[in-house]
Amino acid sequence: MDTSTQITDAAPPTPEPSTAEQKRNARGATRPGDRIFLGLSRGSGILLLVIMAAIAVFLTYRASLALSKNHGNFLTTFEWNTNITPPSFGIAVLAYGTVVSSIIAMVLAVPVAVAIALFLTHYAPRKLRGPIAYVVDLLAAVPSIVYGLWGALILVPHLNGLFGWLNDFFGWTGVFSWDQGAPRSLLTVGILLAIMILPIITNVSREVFRQAPQMIEEAALALGATRWEVIRMAVLPFGRSGVISASMLGLGRALGETMAVATVLSPDFLIHGSLLNPGGGTFAQNIASKFSEATEYGRDALIASGLVLFVITLLVNGAARMIIARRKEYSGANA
Amino acid sequence: MSNAVIAEKRPSTLRGASMPKWSPWAIAAGSVAVAVAVGAGAGLTKVQWGLISGLLFLVATYGIAAKVEGRRQAKDRIATGLVWVAFLVALVPLVSLVWVTVVRGVKVLDVYFLSHSMGLVADSQPGGGIYHAIIGSIEQVGLATLIAAPIGVLTAIYLVEYGRGRLAQAVTFFVDVMTGVPSIVAGLFILSLMLIFNVEPFGFAGSLALAILMMPVVVRSTEEMLKLVPNELREASLALGVPKWRTILKVVLPTSIGGITTGIMLAIARIAGETAPVLLLVFGNRFINNNPFSGPQQSLPLYVYQQYAAGNDYAYDRAWAASLTLIAFVMILNLVARAIARWKAPKTGR
Repeated sequence: MDTSTQITDAAPPTPEPSTAEQKRNARGATRPGDRIFLGLSRGSGILLLVIMAAIAVFLTYRASLALSKNHGNFLTTFEWNTNITPPSFGIAVLAYGTVVSSIIAMVLAVPVAVAIALFLTHYAPRKLRGPIAYVVDLLAAVPSIVYGLWGALILVPHLNGLFGWLNDFFGWTGVFSWDQGAPRSLLTVGILLAIMILPIITNVSREVFRQAPQMIEEAALALGATRWEVIRMAVLPFGRSGVISASMLGLGRALGETMAVATVLSPDFLIHGSLLNPGGGTFAQNIASKFSEATEYGRDALIASGLVLFVITLLVNGAARMIIARRKEYSGANA
Repeated sequence: MSNAVIAEKRPSTLRGASMPKWSPWAIAAGSVAVAVAVGAGAGLTKVQWGLISGLLFLVATYGIAAKVEGRRQAKDRIATGLVWVAFLVALVPLVSLVWVTVVRGVKVLDVYFLSHSMGLVADSQPGGGIYHAIIGSIEQVGLATLIAAPIGVLTAIYLVEYGRGRLAQAVTFFVDVMTGVPSIVAGLFILSLMLIFNVEPFGFAGSLALAILMMPVVVRSTEEMLKLVPNELREASLALGVPKWRTILKVVLPTSIGGITTGIMLAIARIAGETAPVLLLVFGNRFINNNPFSGPQQSLPLYVYQQYAAGNDYAYDRAWAASLTLIAFVMILNLVARAIARWKAPKTGR
């Protein structure tokens, strides 16, 4: 080991070279091949950063073109009229619809996904675990437009019963009142989004639960704990931050989902008190639906709303990553 | 001898009473039977039968288990029941999705459908096909892969083989963030460029947006694979005086090529189903356009959306058939990718 470091400067002597050594290796790459290769790979990394920056810069630029001529208030106006003069548009309805449908999706999907993840790691017969996990993986790869088609043609007609039932028993709250319109409302969107993000949340949660320390589980069992007590005391506390970040990843998907929402929702530009009455809209759905008839100015306005969506998803994903990163340090200390 | 007989007769004092193994099945069968009887008597729907039997099962399990085994065991059985119920409930929509797509998709899916475009067929007529959409999809996704795969793999090499310090940290963080960029935002980014340069929609614009979506996925999976390559291999090669770049090309990459291929194929499967950027940038076309660099093209997911929007039964049939084609493509890609991963897995053990 020692001799090799003395002879060749460029060889990394240990599996985890220190920062200083690594820097010297990178800089000490005097051979032309090494320099070209390092340049190429570092260039690719920098290119990724440039793309992210470019997305922010160009979206902001086009959005500012639209916003400078907007006669309404971008944050509070309840309309999207970009073809009239003076144009007037605002994102209030879109923000409301995006947040509400995503929250519904999270409320429905997270508990079920956690239960399925526990099922796959702790309850399912051993022979079934592999195949089921495999199927969940495949379902995560089903394109969103197929979910949209299924949602619009199969799910929507099947929701009349549920909506009628909700209206009968909880209609008095106002949130669940229903005027017998087609069930293409924010609740429908939420249900469909929940189905779509279920496989992703399940996958990540399963990975986390699988890493729960076996020794602690066995210790709990040896002390006479039931299986549920083991899960409650050893598995869930260990997996909490993992489940949170999995949910945030699912939330990111739900916030940005376009086609499934565009096919299922029948949009308008009002905020409805009831979740069951059709109407409302989301950022992504509004862009997809309004795009084909938009003028150049209208497209800039849509880009402005897209910029807001971009910022929101950046924040959500950044938060999720931060939670994961903290988790890594924690589990590293334990392992 | 006599001791053994006594032990058999008297229940052990160390273990409490426990329900026989078949009890959950018996309770399940009982509650389903009651629910069917009640449901059929009161004329309820099948969904309500299911709900009643589920509730009955949970209540009965808790009651019986609490009586026989005690509260803690009863809670355990409830949790088991809930987890099973959650699993079965989640299966319903997912199975329905696959089942419906297959059943409705095979109706018009044949060689004619795969080999004709919509050029001479109105959306309201039967006939027509997805040939133009398949061509468009293959070209757009292919070009996106040509851009994203090398950049993604090189970035991963940088992160694993060279990267320490600020730049590598920044790249790692933004690759993570980039994974979460909604597809429509990637589409809007390219759209803003097209507005600035005043370009009409064409296939390659879609490829650029798809490449942006694909890059972070490729980086992530390649990074994981490169980390699996044992350091001894690198050290052995470097100790022989092989330059670092040749070590990477001749030792590290060949060792992990299976996993990298898998990652790229999974990324392709993901972007092949993206509709939103294609809708904004490629626009759709009823005719066959083989040139991705000029004029609007069609793509499979966009075709599904436009046929759905046409809103008549013939168009719905075509939408389902195109969905089935798309799912089949994605699934095959997934299966092949996993097969490669298993076949080419780096042999770390001895």
